[in-house]
Order: sequence, then structure tokens, then C-alpha cells
Amino acid sequence: MNWLRQLFSRQRLYRELSEEIQAHLDEKVEELVAGGMSGQEALRCARREFGNVGLIEENSREVWAWPSVEDVFFDIRYGLRALRHSPVFTAVALLTIAIGIAANAAVFSVVNSVLLKPLHYPRAEELVALHQIAPGAEGLADFENGLLLSPSMYFTYAEHNQTFQSLGVWITGTANVTDMPEPEQVRTVGVSDGVLQALGVPPAVGRWFSQMDQVPNGPGRVMLSYGYWQRRFGGDRAVIGRNITVDSQPREIVGVMPQGFRFVDSDFDLTAPLAFNRGKLILAGFGFNGIARLKPGASIAQANADLARMLPIWMDSWSNGPGSNPHIYEGWRITPMIRPLKLQVIGNVGELLWVVMGTIGVVMLIACANATNLMLVRVETRQQELAVRMALGAGRTRIVRGLLVESVMLGIIGGFAGVGLAYVGVRSLVAIGPSNLPRLNEIAIDARGLGFTFVLSVLSGLLFGLIPALKYTGPPSSLALQSAGRTISVSRDRHRARNLLVVGQVAMALVLLMSAGLMIRTFGALRKVDPGFADPQHLQAMRISIPDSLIAEPERVTRTQNAILDKLAAIQGVKSVGFASDMPMEGVDSDWDEIFVQDKVYSGDLIAPLRLYKSISPGFLQTAGTRLVAGREMTWGEVYALRPEVMVSENLAREMWGTPSAAIGKHLREFSAMPWHEVIGVIQDVREKGIQEQAPEIVYWPPLVQNRFAPAIRTVTFVMRSERAGTESFLNEVRAAVQSVNSDLPLASVRTMQDVYDQSVARTSLTLVMLGIAGTMALALGIIGIYGVMSYTVAQRRREIGIRLALGAQGGDVLQMVLRQGAKLALVGVVIGIGASFALTGLMTNLLFGVTAHDPLTFVAVAALLILVALLACYIPARRATLVDPIVALRYE
Amino acid sequence: MKKTIQRDLFPGALEMMILRTLKRQPMHGYALVQEIKRTSDDLLQIEEGSLYPALQRLLKEGFVKAEWAISSTNRRVRIYKLTAAGGKHLEREVSSFERMLKGITQVLAPGEL
Repeated sequence: MNWLRQLFSRQRLYRELSEEIQAHLDEKVEELVAGGMSGQEALRCARREFGNVGLIEENSREVWAWPSVEDVFFDIRYGLRALRHSPVFTAVALLTIAIGIAANAAVFSVVNSVLLKPLHYPRAEELVALHQIAPGAEGLADFENGLLLSPSMYFTYAEHNQTFQSLGVWITGTANVTDMPEPEQVRTVGVSDGVLQALGVPPAVGRWFSQMDQVPNGPGRVMLSYGYWQRRFGGDRAVIGRNITVDSQPREIVGVMPQGFRFVDSDFDLTAPLAFNRGKLILAGFGFNGIARLKPGASIAQANADLARMLPIWMDSWSNGPGSNPHIYEGWRITPMIRPLKLQVIGNVGELLWVVMGTIGVVMLIACANATNLMLVRVETRQQELAVRMALGAGRTRIVRGLLVESVMLGIIGGFAGVGLAYVGVRSLVAIGPSNLPRLNEIAIDARGLGFTFVLSVLSGLLFGLIPALKYTGPPSSLALQSAGRTISVSRDRHRARNLLVVGQVAMALVLLMSAGLMIRTFGALRKVDPGFADPQHLQAMRISIPDSLIAEPERVTRTQNAILDKLAAIQGVKSVGFASDMPMEGVDSDWDEIFVQDKVYSGDLIAPLRLYKSISPGFLQTAGTRLVAGREMTWGEVYALRPEVMVSENLAREMWGTPSAAIGKHLREFSAMPWHEVIGVIQDVREKGIQEQAPEIVYWPPLVQNRFAPAIRTVTFVMRSERAGTESFLNEVRAAVQSVNSDLPLASVRTMQDVYDQSVARTSLTLVMLGIAGTMALALGIIGIYGVMSYTVAQRRREIGIRLALGAQGGDVLQMVLRQGAKLALVGVVIGIGASFALTGLMTNLLFGVTAHDPLTFVAVAALLILVALLACYIPARRATLVDPIVALRYE
Repeated sequence: MKKTIQRDLFPGALEMMILRTLKRQPMHGYALVQEIKRTSDDLLQIEEGSLYPALQRLLKEGFVKAEWAISSTNRRVRIYKLTAAGGKHLEREVSSFERMLKGITQVLAPGEL
């Protein structure tokens, strides 16, 4: 680095220069003295002939110096002094910029942490989720999760692939850990061989599962998460080799995963081998998430082709039992659509975050427009100073640079303040923890976030400094020198820049308010949707699971659940109780199967469409507030008698039989070995998958079913309707009631249905809050902008207004005149804004519900609001204009 | 902060003379001034000091190099020496100067008016 060496050797250079010049003078003097001159005279003569020693040294030194850098330092000092001299301007400008930058830095940090940073796995770019779609299996393969893998599929893929280093399947679940004072339900992840190997994160203590651990009915093994290890064992390294009781079976702890390790997007307490029994597998069982690590250099397209190639092998290698046709799956049109793992983790939040980033960017532009306006006013008041400096010989570039340095400094100081604010913002965001934001624990302001903020600060400083700098540094005019401080009327040209900025601000604010308005409308539309349950605030829910190992016999499972219901119903303040395999929107994976209807003919390979099915207990509908559209509910007597009875959803009844009442008395079943079940009731449609999703067609089985592969439903959500729902005392009584039936049954997912409902609209709420904040900021900044410009205009026009008043204009005329001017600006801004919104709101179509991106009501309402607010902002300056005293105004002349 | 340019000379003239003089033999600053004065028969009035900023510029461009040495008068001085780059630069400058001079001479030549 040449310039660096130069910088350090400069001192030496200058010393040598002085020495050399001294030597020159000495030599000259010596020569002159030798020529007969006196010492004094010789010295004078030598100096005369040499010239100004100081100046020459400086000129010589300047050859090496960086004049521009040193000038900039001077500009910074000058700028700081100028800023200190006008504290109000500085404070307002800084506040505007700091808020804008804080919002941007915070949102960028979220975008960066969630979307941009790679996942916390070694060489994370090689990791993929084995996503596949099956257009022919509507329902089972939904849009978000696609068609999950079956265990047989996993074995085929693992054994025959050519593009993966390692491949495995995993599934989340819950288990009861009981060898503790109080039984606890924990979050589990079941993994096949290949999952840990693919993720590639070594354990903190102990070892991974080996292939030996995947042997069915082998010795039970388990690994702990770091959090569970700390919580339960205090981080004791001697836990390796110890046994814990999981779902009533002893399992040996073989390892602990490190802190922060998650299975893709799932936190967990325990992970255990899936240990599939290879000999008993069938084709079906599509419930497992596939994960794999690509071979170096293998592309996703190659991997997709590889999986597609193996599907026929899979169908030929396994079957669904004697007499079944393995090639029925050809009708499902299974297509591998492998995704980078990161995409799987981020899910659908990416779009939301980019929309928010975009709107926050617009807020920054509005803030910059405000700052530009402030700078314009400020530079205008400093015209005299600038004119004097130019008259004294400062070049135009020098002045422009000085102003830019000042504005960039404002930007950077604002940036520092902004980072502080953003830090607080990000911290509180993580603390609030919107549950639908993935990678929440990774969100932080890192080096990239700081870099972004710095660049943003400098750029915004340049942006709002450039217009005033270029505008007011034309050739020095004697006019500026003379007129500064006088009240000659201001040219139209000078107003144009400010008016343009106001129009732009109004237009941008309108776009943001429009998007916020559309989200409000969306939220309103969501609130109106009947979710299929009523008064969720007073509906207490909790999940209880009864494992095989605890109670084996199906009927006893149901009787235990029934006993729990009875105990719960006896709690004071409980109006009614019931249970279901899961509540709507709970996020529990749903069950699907082919449903055959008795009066329909299914020929040959044609398989009946897949239907979502659930189990509900007697009393459930009344408790949840779900309406019975036709027919009746089942009784406990019928349940235990194994009466072949079933209920269906309204939309299913309409599809099959035309009307709900026509469905009563019809028959359906899942497979041929099952007896035909009579439809005895039709239930209203329920938004099972979330408020925004269409209600699926559902078959409701009783909790106990004859001839079924799973006769009793073992994991259910209990619901209780009570005014006391959610209170601590109530939950204690609930816990005691369950314990009194069986002390080995922990409660999980204890919450009110209001929590579940809020969770379902969380994405919309988050978007609404974010866009609402952005819109409010835009509106506030826009008001400040209009107010500032109108105030300034009125101040500039004092004399003119004074003349008008002196000539007989009424206060009302003046008021109208000023308001008209403001309204004109606002109107132009609104018109442009409506055009821009029309083009831009289409981008957020996917975030909307029940409202189009061009909703006329929103457009009209927001436009009217903005014009009204703009007029209000003009009113104060306009009032001030009417109070101008003509005598005072004219006396300034 | 304008650079002080020797009023009597056009920009670059002093540098050109320095390079030409150093081409003959390396020498130190004082000798350089004396030599230029001598060869120009004192026709050119140059301020002795103005040599030094020019020398610094040449040093920075790499057209000359400097070394400390002891002069014939037993004095510690900095001897300047023409570099290869300096030689080339001199040639270019001289030829462009000659073209310019020719042009000026033609315009100033009597008879045409």
C-alpha cells in the first residue's frame, strides 16, 4: 500500500525538505561571503533570492499532502459548528432521519437474519427438504406440505439414490416422561438413520444414533436437546448411559445435541430412532418429512430426476397388502419438488418480510423528503453566508461539498441514533416473539446489518443534501448578497422543489396507508368468518395422550377419556365438556383416508377421493359451539355399543347427496373390511386449516370404531366451556381432575381456543401491525412535510398577504387562498398516489383475504383521509396568514 | 489554496529545465539553480526557492530520484538524478514544447500581416 507508506513517511519527507533548504541557504551565504559580502548582507541577499521560505516549504509539502482529505476535515468541523448553531433544525432533522433509519435497520436485520443468512448447519447450502407434490391426491398432499414420505419410500430413496450423501425422514411428536415427581409431556422428534448425518451437527456430549439403534424392538435409545439436558439434568455429563422412561418404556441416553440445534424448524426435548420394522412396511403411511444432503456438485434438478426415477422401483418393491394394486399411486401423479432446506424453514413469511421491507423503504424516502425540505429552508436562510463565501473565492464544488458533508454528517449521526433505536426494537420483537416468524432466536443486528445502516445513512445524507446543495450554489449573484433578509417575493422556481417534495410525500404516504388499509379490511373480513367454534375466549383446550404401553386395550382408552370428561364436568363453573382428535387450526397433522359411499360405484382402479377424518366425543359439538345442521349427535351408549354411526360436514353432505338432510340415513366406510356406517348427523363447515383456508370436507367418527386399524383414538384435545377458562386456579383444578383418573397422564398444549384463533391470524396481525406502523409514520411525516412547507410559504408571503389585506381582502379570503394552495398540492399527490397504489398493491395479493388489491372502499377512504389531514395541516399556517397585520408586514420594507 | 506558479514561466517549463540539466549530470539543488542560471545566461529570472516544490513534484512522479551525499564543498546535500521515466518524460515534453514554439513563432512571424 503505497499511500499508506507515504502517510507514515511524510514527517521524514518534511524534515529532509527543511534540511535541504537550509543547506541551500548556507551554501549561498558561504559563496556570497567568499565573494566579499558581509555575513549579515549575504544572509539577506540569499533569502531575497530564495524567496519566501515558509511558503515554498508549504508548497513543496503540498505536493505530498491530500488536500481534499484535509479540506473535508475542515468541512466537518465547519459543518458541526453550523449544526450546533441551529439546534432546532438539527434536532428535527436528526429525529426524522433517526426514526427512518431505525425502522429500516430493524426490518433489515429481521430480513437478514431470517431470509439471507444461511442456516446453522455445516455447508447448509447442500441441505434439501424432500418436498413432493401429488396433484392426484388432493387433500392428503396440501399446498404447504406437499406429499410427505412413507417409510417404504424412505427405504427406497435411501437405498437406490445416486445424488445424495445421506438421506432420512423425521417426524415431530410428543411423549410422556414419567419417572419424575410430576409426569411431563415433552416434544419429541423421531429420526431415521441419515437425518443426523445429513444435518452434520456433532453432538455436544456422547454420540449420534448408529444404525444399530435403528433396529426394531432393539434396546431403546434417546438423545437430549441441550435445553432439556440443562433443565432436567443440570447439564450433568454423566447422564450418558442413564435410563429415562419415555412413554412407559426405558430408554438409554446416548448423547446430547448442542445449544441452538433444531430439527429444521422444530424445537424438541428428546429425539429417538424411528426404528422402522422393514418387514412390515406397506406403500402407504405418508407422514414423514424427508431431508437429505446433496452430493457436492449435484443440482436440485438432478436430485428431482433421481427421485422420479425411483418412484416405479418403490411401487414394485412394496405393496399395500394382498390383492391391492401398487400402481394406484400412478394416479396421484407424484412429482418430486425438492426445496433448499432454507426455503422450507422460511415458509411463507418471506413474502411478508419483503413487503414490509419495501414499505419501510418508502418511509425512509418520505423521511428523506422531509429532511430535504428542512435543508432547503435552511440553505435558503444561509444564502447570504454562502454568497459571501463564494464572493471571497470559495469554488462552487467547495460549497457543494461543504453542504454535502453537513448533510451526510446529519445522516451518520441520525444513523447512530437509529441503530440504538433499532437495537431496542429488535430486542423487543424477539421478546414478543411472533410465533409465525421462523428463526426468531437468530434475529440480531450483525455486521451486515450495521453495514447496511451505515450505507443507508450516508446515502440518505447525500440524497437530502444534494438537491439543496445544487440548487443554491449557482454563480454568486449580487442579488443574494443584497436581498438576504429582505422580504422581496420569492420566485415560483424556488417553490417548485419544495412543492414537488410535498406531492411526492403525499403520494408515498398514500401508497403506505393504502396497504395498511387493505390489511385492516383483510383483518375485518377474517373476523367475520365463522371458524366453526364459538366464543373461543371461554373455551379451554388441552391435549392428553394415552400410549399403548400405559393402556393397551382400546375400549379402556375410551373409558379412561370418558372418566376424565366426567371429572372435568364436575369442576365448578364448567358448563360442558367434550373431546376431539384435534381442534380446528391447532396445527396437528390431520388424518386422511379414502371414504367410500354405499350408493356410489367405484370401478376397477378408481380410488375414492381422500377425505379428512376426525373423531369427536358426545357433547363435543355443544361444548365447542359447532352447529349441528341436520340429524343428531351420538350418545355414549351408542359409542360403547359400537353402533356403526358417523357424522359428516355440511359441504361433504352437499357434494355427496345434494342437501344436508338428504345425507341422514346414508352409509359410508373407509375400506371393505369395515361395516357400513350410517350418517346420523351433519355438522356445519369448520375452518380446520385456518381462517383463511377453505373449510375441508370432513368425516366425523365416534371415538371408538368397530373393525378399524386404530379402534380408539389415543391422543385427543379436551375442551371445556367455562367462564374461568385460562385462569390459574381453574387449570390447577383441571390438572387435579386428570390426575385423579390416572396419575401418569401429563397435560400438553394447555391454552384457550382464543390463543389458537389468534395464532391462526398471527401472520395477518403481524402484517397489519407492521404496515400500520409504516403507514402511521408515513402519515406523520407527511403532515410535518405539508405543515412545514405551508408555514414557510406563508412566512415568505407575509408582505403580499399584508398588501392584500390592506387593499380590503377579508381574513376568509386569505384563509381560502392558503388552504386552496395546500389542497392543490395534496390533490396532486393523492392522484399520483392512487396511480402508484393501483400498480403496487397487487404485490400483496397473497397477504389479503376477502378483499381485492384494488378495493374501491379502501381507496376512497384513504384518499379522503389523506386530503382531510392535509387540509388540517394547512389550517394552522392559513390561520396565521389571516392574522398578518398589514402595517407590520409592510413596515419591513 | 492555489498553487503558486512561477509567473515568468509557463507551467512545466521549470520542470523541463530541471530534467534537461539533470540529464547531463546528477547534482544537488543549489548547484541545479546555479547551472540553470548559468546556461540561460541569467536571462531567466527564477526565484531560487521555486525549484524545491518542482523537485518534490518530480520526485513524486518518479522522474528523478534523490540520495543524500557529501558534496565537493564537504556539505551534506541531496543529489538528484534523472530516472528512465524522467528521461522519457523529458523527450515528450521537449518535442511538444518545440511544436508549440514553432506554432507561436509562425503566428508571430513578420510579413503575414
